[in-house]
Amino acid sequence: MSLKIKKGIPLIDQHDKNGMWGGKFGGNFVPETLKKPIQDLENLFSKLRKDKSFIKERDYYFENYVGTPTPLIKLDNLTDHLGGAQLWAKVVSENPGTAHKVYACIVHCLIAKRAGKRYVCTDTGAGMQGKNLAMVAKKFGLKAKIFMGLRDLVRQKKNVDVMKKYGAEVVPVTSGSQTLVDAVSESMRYWVANCQDVHMVIGSTVGPSIFVKISGYSTSQISRELKLQLIEEFGKIPNKLKLLNCVGGGSSAYGFWSEFIDYDKKHVSLIGVEAGGSKKTKLHAAPLSNNSKLGILHGAKAYCIQDNDGQIGETESLSSGLDYPSVSPLHCFLKDTGRAEYTSATDEEALNAYKLVSKLENISPSLEPSHAFATAISIAPKLSKDTILCIDSCGHSLKDSDIIKEKLGFYTE
Amino acid sequence: MKSEIQLTFENCKRENRPALLTYTVASDPNKKKSLQIINSIAKYADIIELGFPHSTPVGDGGQIQTSSNRAIKNGFKMRDSFQIVNKFKKNYKNKPVILMGYYNMIYQYGENKFLKDCKKSGVSGIICVDLPWPENKDFAKKCKNKSINFIQLLAPTTTKDRMRKIVRDSHDMVYYISMLSTTGGKLKVSPRRILENYKKIKRINSRKNLVIGFGITEKTIKSLKSADGLVVGSLLCKTITNSLKMRQNPVTKLDKVVYNLKNKIL
Repeated sequence: MSLKIKKGIPLIDQHDKNGMWGGKFGGNFVPETLKKPIQDLENLFSKLRKDKSFIKERDYYFENYVGTPTPLIKLDNLTDHLGGAQLWAKVVSENPGTAHKVYACIVHCLIAKRAGKRYVCTDTGAGMQGKNLAMVAKKFGLKAKIFMGLRDLVRQKKNVDVMKKYGAEVVPVTSGSQTLVDAVSESMRYWVANCQDVHMVIGSTVGPSIFVKISGYSTSQISRELKLQLIEEFGKIPNKLKLLNCVGGGSSAYGFWSEFIDYDKKHVSLIGVEAGGSKKTKLHAAPLSNNSKLGILHGAKAYCIQDNDGQIGETESLSSGLDYPSVSPLHCFLKDTGRAEYTSATDEEALNAYKLVSKLENISPSLEPSHAFATAISIAPKLSKDTILCIDSCGHSLKDSDIIKEKLGFYTE
Repeated sequence: MKSEIQLTFENCKRENRPALLTYTVASDPNKKKSLQIINSIAKYADIIELGFPHSTPVGDGGQIQTSSNRAIKNGFKMRDSFQIVNKFKKNYKNKPVILMGYYNMIYQYGENKFLKDCKKSGVSGIICVDLPWPENKDFAKKCKNKSINFIQLLAPTTTKDRMRKIVRDSHDMVYYISMLSTTGGKLKVSPRRILENYKKIKRINSRKNLVIGFGITEKTIKSLKSADGLVVGSLLCKTITNSLKMRQNPVTKLDKVVYNLKNKIL
């Protein structure tokens, strides 16, 4: 294992001149047409990161629009019920967009404004990205176009209604599996054809390296808050801390962990939970925990579900937001360096976790973070009482109410 | 020794016409038919581009996506591309074939094995949609060592400085993407504008054979005939789709379309 993480430098900046992490993950495998727009975006973003007025504006919207910090709460009932480690949740979904996607949408819209672009486009799986971009774009006076797989459009209709309410154009994607992977492809195609007027937003830490960076830069707000909250609560970073996060593309997990990557893994362990799909099928959306091969998808080299020929493989998950065949190069890097560990939870485990958490506690995680709760629930009883298990509750369940009602027979917000 | 691609362009120049390049997808609608198609259209086409279909073609519009999906559904495997080329070259010994596709397919096949099989089956050139310069430097060098043309792409967004560097690293042929679009888009730029850009690139190095692709149909091809070569792809994929819908033989349909295209640029 020759890959190494450097200390004191954000992981998003630890790439080489080709945009690759560890010389192995990420990069810019894009059609020639996109080289210039990507270069322009790289230049603009590196300038803005040093621009005090830009940071001030970002923080203004984080504080006054998202409402920072989002709460860190102790799950007393769940802790008592499980009888092991202490369970805590950072309820990131407590924001107007009800998901962590709001951070990157704000940053992207601020960038789009500075780039003089009037249009933004994006992909969405569960609809959280689409909803947030629609909401933020409206606030900033930008026109949003949201690409969404037809299958997701049906199963996450609640979010589609919200997108439309905010005035966004929702474009159903009918190619391929009609899920997130196809939505990302279609959004990229749209950008290829309209890159002079449109700023593309990618909904996670995936895609060409600059999009990985902007997404990770934005969600890092979560761990900046968490670090302060933990110190306030415990007087220091607890000695045995485990940070659990669901991983689809991996933007919320990166944001939840970024401030803690430099800590020793025995002190702060990072556990990513991928979507294992239904226990009735072999299909899943968990490339890291199933040791999928390296492949190139949407401009980045990363572990990817595919066949021997390199055709992108079919995925399956009840949670549209995790239903992606590849994963962020950042998480590939964290996996190969051994800094983070990855596991998966099945649809059924996630549903059961939702059921238990929403019954015992006053929070209602969507199916995506319910995967992380599932793993927390399974490991907590075996851990000591001084272990702090902190889960990123990055999305609210309202969007899943139809699915939950169908599967469990009831839904309580 | 001059490459087949170079000789073909020289030949077309002598005849005072652009080279006609056709793009169809390997195994579309199936392996046998796709071979029959290129065997038939090669009567008029100067260079055959054969796509190896990918499930997630981010640079392609609806027509090529449909063809790709059809080929994959009908069991396309990477080795089929080489078998098709191999058989085709038995009929057309000197007609260049260019394989075109996405990098993940080459990466999974293994760059070296891919090039070895290209060489064995008689492939003259490679276009890799999502392996731009400078990411393609190593692979392009490997191609050159095997005397296979790695075809660099240029787009309307490519800056002049970058163009110079790409042209410098290019082999016999360079591909200019006519407009900001995925494949199969309607030509939204005037032919005059496209040819202006075309001339700018030619001025960098007039010896490079420069072809124009994207948005080229029966309607637009004539207006661009002053180029070294013209690529038609989506129109052919659409013709296959339509003939399947009408239960007609795609081979004869395509033969006619390519014949017409050729006549427009003579």
